[in-house]
Amino acid sequence: MTIPVVTLRGVTKTYGDVGALRGVTLDVAAGELVAVVGPSGSGKSTMLNIIGTLDRPSDGTVTIAGNDVATMSDDALSALRAEHIGFVFQHFHLQAGATASENVADGLLYAGMGRRERHRRAVDALKRVGLGHRVDRRPNQLSGGEKQRVAIARALVGDPAILLADEPTGALDSASGSAILALLRELNAAGTTVLVITHDLDLAVSLPRQVRMRDGLVEHDSADAAEGTARASAADLAFAIGGGR
Amino acid sequence: MNAARAARVRLGGVDLLRLGVFGLRTRPGRVVLSALGIAIGIAAMIAVVGISSSSKAQLDQVLDALGTNVLTATQAQGFGDAPPLPSTALESALRQDDVQSAAAVGTVADGAVYRNEFIPTAETKGIGVMAAWGDVAEVLGGELASGQWLDDSAVAPEQIVLGANAAKALGINRVRPNARVWMGGQWVQVVGVLAPIELAEDLDNQVFVPRSFAAELGFDGSPSAVYARVDPERVPQARDVLASAIRPGSPQDVGVTRPTDALAAKNATDDSFTGLLVGIGAVALLVGGIGVANTMVITVLERRAEVGVRRALGARRRNIRDQFLVESLLLSSLGGVAGVVIGVGVTAVFAFGQGWPIAIPLWAVSGGLGATVVIGGVSGLYPATRAARIPPTSALAAV
Repeated sequence: MTIPVVTLRGVTKTYGDVGALRGVTLDVAAGELVAVVGPSGSGKSTMLNIIGTLDRPSDGTVTIAGNDVATMSDDALSALRAEHIGFVFQHFHLQAGATASENVADGLLYAGMGRRERHRRAVDALKRVGLGHRVDRRPNQLSGGEKQRVAIARALVGDPAILLADEPTGALDSASGSAILALLRELNAAGTTVLVITHDLDLAVSLPRQVRMRDGLVEHDSADAAEGTARASAADLAFAIGGGR
Repeated sequence: MNAARAARVRLGGVDLLRLGVFGLRTRPGRVVLSALGIAIGIAAMIAVVGISSSSKAQLDQVLDALGTNVLTATQAQGFGDAPPLPSTALESALRQDDVQSAAAVGTVADGAVYRNEFIPTAETKGIGVMAAWGDVAEVLGGELASGQWLDDSAVAPEQIVLGANAAKALGINRVRPNARVWMGGQWVQVVGVLAPIELAEDLDNQVFVPRSFAAELGFDGSPSAVYARVDPERVPQARDVLASAIRPGSPQDVGVTRPTDALAAKNATDDSFTGLLVGIGAVALLVGGIGVANTMVITVLERRAEVGVRRALGARRRNIRDQFLVESLLLSSLGGVAGVVIGVGVTAVFAFGQGWPIAIPLWAVSGGLGATVVIGGVSGLYPATRAARIPPTSALAAV
């Protein structure tokens, strides 16, 4: 494996008595395109929050782009997100009053970059997602697929180490959905590490690697299966028992 | 990894302003309504202060026109009974170097004036009769609305000048050949009608007759008031001199006042009313501030997802706090600016209607705007702090 971008080791997350994650171990290398699948309540959103450093694990270690999350302050985590993590949400979450380029430029707002430079990069990012002609449109003047492209451009504009997408096609019709998926593949081919959360099995199967979750554990990881590493599975099991206690 | 550098990043003023404008622009109706409270408060305060100072400016103009160098000498008012002024009071006053001109009036105790001989004796309409020495109107800066002042010679013909209110009560608004009043059992020709005299409003209700005629009506010859226009540079000295000139032996029996002081004092009593209105404006402002705080709390509740997204994009807690603080400041400043415009407008319209000069003190405008900034900051502090505490996971949790 090449340099790991994401490393989870025995990660647990409990809310009161409920164990949302019960000992997850996962490595994502630079340049991978990973699908995380699983039914509702399987812990995939919790895992996304933890990989995205939006939340801290109850136990276990999380390393993102070489940073051990446990030792970092809230401000340092914010900076980590600003520089290394891009988010794409199911419901786009664009700023209603702002144009496409302003929305994308907001992806750089907290990285300490000048206004003009932010705008220039935003326009470039919009061109990359095929919206070079929609730069000055407001969200309410864009279709759902276009909105999601703007959101992807916003996630990409900071050149993140990993792009995290939470059900990116969940709010789109199937044609727009497959276009978005094609875009994610394209970006991945150009070098971006992408992790997609979905409950769409067909979509997941079409991606190079699938991580299947159930009850707060990684039930199946196609990478492990391909390498046939029983050792890894045993380790997962050990963590699962430890964390679920 | 330069997260350490990035962690120090603060947003520039332009970016914060832009975020605030976005936040407000998407909800214009709410912005207008919540800024309205602030606007009303500021407008009320500016209008009250503006109208009051416009009226002061008007008074200053009046005082400038009347001159603040007129003194009134009367029988001293006090515990003991001071004797009435001597009949020579006016001559004594005129002999002083500081006195530029002077005139006097004396109440004719039993005098009464009627429209005609059929009016019952009791119906005097409160009009008093006064004997006059010199040109009272001129010394007091008053004007004749019609006709001329009395003949001041020792044996003057029987004639009469009417004060402004007295003329109204008698139904004579200008001098005409047949404008006569019934007085002491005979008709007397009206030779002049006065305009209101601002320095001595009590004279508006009087009629004036020559001393010779007054004597026929039973006048005792003692002046009740001496009006003296003195050297403007030496008003305080003239005050003392006048009393001793009129009664060299006992100046304490002569009361000397400056009528313009009374006008200024009347205006000063208006100040307490102004204070009350400013207080009401302040309450409106406070309520407006609470309205802004309320709006901001609701805005923060509604925008949990936006906060989550911004946190996911890398915003630190203080970036979020600053964003909502600026939005609150913008909201209340908007109200403040609108309030200043409305307040100035109201003052201008009111002053214009009264024929006053428009005077709005700069401190009222800058103070009003400063107050809105403080209100915006204070009102926004709590909502902004709450916004900063919204967990970053809200972006994913919100649908």
